[in-house]
Amino acid sequence: MEEGGGTMAGITSIGAYIPMYRLDRQEIGRMWRTKGSGGERAVAGYDEDAVTMAVAVAQDCVRRSNKQVDGLYFATTTAPYKEKQSAAIIASVLDLDRRCGTADFTNTLRAGTTALKSALDAVKSGSAGEIAIIASDCRPGAPKGRFEQILGDGAAALTVGSSDLIASVEGSYSIFSEFTDIWRTEADAFVKSGEGRFIDEVGYMPLMQEAISELMKNSSLSAGDFSKAVFSAPDVRQHADLARKLGFEASRVQDPLFTLIGNTGTAAALMMLVATLEEASPGDRILFANYGDGCDAFILRVTEEIARIRTKPTMKERLERKRFIDYGTYLNWRDLVPFEASSLPERAEPSLASRWRERKVISLLNGVKCKKCGTPQIHPIGQTVRICVACQSKDAFEEYKFSDKKGRLFTYAVDQLQPTKNPPGLNGVIDFDGGGRLICELTDYDLDRVKIDMPVEMTFRRLFQGKGIVNYFWKAKPIEGF
Amino acid sequence: MESIRDKVAIVGMGCTKFGERWDVGVEDLLVEAAYEAFQDAGIEPKDIQAAWIGTVFSGITALTLSPLGLQYIPMTRVENMCATGSEALRAASYAVAAGVCDIALAIGVEKLKDSGLTGVKGPAIVGDNPDGSSGIGSGYSAPASFAYLGTRYFHHYNLGPDEGKRLLAEIAVKNHYNGSLNPKAHFHNRLTVEQVLKAPIVAWPLGLYDCCGVSDGAAAAIVTRADMAKNFRADPVYIKGLAISVGARQGSMRQDYDYVHIEENVLAARKVYQEAGIKDPRNEISIAEVHDCFTCHELILYEDLGFSARGKAREDIDGGTFSLKGELPVNTDGGLKCFGHPLGASGLRMMYEVYLQLQGKAGPRQVKDPRLGLTHNLGGNAGMGVASCVVVGNERTK
Repeated sequence: MEEGGGTMAGITSIGAYIPMYRLDRQEIGRMWRTKGSGGERAVAGYDEDAVTMAVAVAQDCVRRSNKQVDGLYFATTTAPYKEKQSAAIIASVLDLDRRCGTADFTNTLRAGTTALKSALDAVKSGSAGEIAIIASDCRPGAPKGRFEQILGDGAAALTVGSSDLIASVEGSYSIFSEFTDIWRTEADAFVKSGEGRFIDEVGYMPLMQEAISELMKNSSLSAGDFSKAVFSAPDVRQHADLARKLGFEASRVQDPLFTLIGNTGTAAALMMLVATLEEASPGDRILFANYGDGCDAFILRVTEEIARIRTKPTMKERLERKRFIDYGTYLNWRDLVPFEASSLPERAEPSLASRWRERKVISLLNGVKCKKCGTPQIHPIGQTVRICVACQSKDAFEEYKFSDKKGRLFTYAVDQLQPTKNPPGLNGVIDFDGGGRLICELTDYDLDRVKIDMPVEMTFRRLFQGKGIVNYFWKAKPIEGF
Repeated sequence: MESIRDKVAIVGMGCTKFGERWDVGVEDLLVEAAYEAFQDAGIEPKDIQAAWIGTVFSGITALTLSPLGLQYIPMTRVENMCATGSEALRAASYAVAAGVCDIALAIGVEKLKDSGLTGVKGPAIVGDNPDGSSGIGSGYSAPASFAYLGTRYFHHYNLGPDEGKRLLAEIAVKNHYNGSLNPKAHFHNRLTVEQVLKAPIVAWPLGLYDCCGVSDGAAAAIVTRADMAKNFRADPVYIKGLAISVGARQGSMRQDYDYVHIEENVLAARKVYQEAGIKDPRNEISIAEVHDCFTCHELILYEDLGFSARGKAREDIDGGTFSLKGELPVNTDGGLKCFGHPLGASGLRMMYEVYLQLQGKAGPRQVKDPRLGLTHNLGGNAGMGVASCVVVGNERTK
């Protein structure tokens, strides 16, 4: 099907996020006394989920573009809430205009590309100018099972617009398929699937071949016309089989990254596309296809603008930034093992009314700056500041965002008693560049390297769960090499 | 502004044994402390004209006092975090000074061990509303909230981790030695520096023995007009100054706070010295009971209270200045560290020791010829706190 008439639409920016933790598949094998498959899988930190990774990847994506988005489409199969929109949480943390269109695309691994198609349509129709598509997943694989080894956690993002395209969309083709190969019902804690060869031979392989062949036929192109083929697959073997069947040389097929991070679900295809685009040259033609209850296939053409997004971190750098955890830690972080409750007092339950009043502190880490003395300030437990902590002026403030400020660790406390899934707890007094101080938790650190004056930045994480709601807030983390 | 100096006297005190008092309840602790105080003052319960009870967790409103059976007199519960016991004494003293009553009871109690928890119950975040909050404060423990000070102090004064830890250990060893001489203290074990250093870390640099005991206990004081004091006893103890300084979280919100002192401590001390007419605290004060909830706090308190010059606490610790036989003995009864810390009782427990010392009744812990004693509490922590200082003396100068 040709992309006919109207406004042009294409990709304007890209982003990827891989949590820093890895589980070596040999470690999984050691646990279950079986042969672990090769490589490692990415594991979201104990305080991360699909939403926090989405925020991180959106920040990476937006950094490479100077455009305001007026749409945010979030694709996942592991939203923290069954009922309550994740896209709205993400949009609030990104401080998007309230007229921004938000939508969750879910229940299928194809959600990311379905969101991409919808975004392209919206931009072409003129109903939106620039839309962010964020795919993020932390899919649960049952302990000892195949998916525990295959899956990985991560997020990828694209923005779609009508100008300054880094890649235009020259064609697309989609089909749906009612086929039960991979699923989770309301009651399932883990991903389930049909027998391997059956779902491969009847589902993935013929369907992907059909959609991709039709798309190439419609555009009068063949495998040799593409610089790179980027497509999802359930695992490494099926990925390689399909490449062969479609006639793509191995060198022109994007590595699915499965050995390095695992299959990241809705994020996987977009993650691979990001890796390809980072290294693409103007004029490159890319085949991009995604599978899940059908298939979405696209033909992309890279433009001169591609140089704009070649900023750090690169995919290689993201992949290199890692720390291995052991299997016990993995079980604990993923809530897969019951454990004895702390003997410390429980925290007060969060109040919905209080959280609503303090919503801008929670979503943006907004404090205030005194108009009289210029001191930026934020209350350590989020109470509204009415009186300046420096000059005692009353209500003479402008809003001041701390979440995008870098800072330094003034002093810290390593806490063996803190109820955390990553003991010991690390808490710091953060002095922000430009003024203001906050006491908060730290995350994604290497305890041996924590020291006074260490530079930090803020990251949106899960604090703890109470009253059945997910309690997101900001933590500080060491600024990495990139 | 008038001063409280020499207007009010303490004429009777009582203090329970502190510890894990499984066999007694809040009511027993109150009766035990109050009746010791009544007997000490030579009065009957019916002589009490007004009472203030300090407790943080062990009961709301003055109904907590009902076990004492006082008959329809004005009674009020007060709370000021870890300075709660001192707050009860402050309220009773001011009432007497105002002339609205002549004999008042100040009593503090805490029954912490019934909770079954390690540490102190209540909101994990100081200032969190227990009825619900935004839940965004970090959930660190009380030791961690003081570890910020230790970490920064070591950095600021360039103390290596071993030297810093050793310094803190010396404080624990001193307080445990003093506690071993005190039958009412929670703990009686003496420690060596090596034992303190080998103890498990709780929140670096604080190990197990750098943290105070969590205890049950109560303490009480009978206060009266200074000019009536000698009617009760020959050796009353006179209030010389009462000061409280409460922060507005400046330390946790302002970059100019250095985490090697606590402003609330400094200001409460300055105020109390002024009221008591003390110009040279190190030489004028004979004995001090300070809030050693964690050893690193006692370390900075030496400097905050003007006993040591800034950054020079180490020299005084190594010189034995604060030991029982030293120039200015600190925490002669074992301190929070060893006597224990039932929050609402602690301020009055400290006063109990100073009272005994000033009367020459401290037995093996007795310091030589004391004239003035100081008690100090800090509620909250570095960055946001309630500091209380009380100075008392055994001579009435007006």
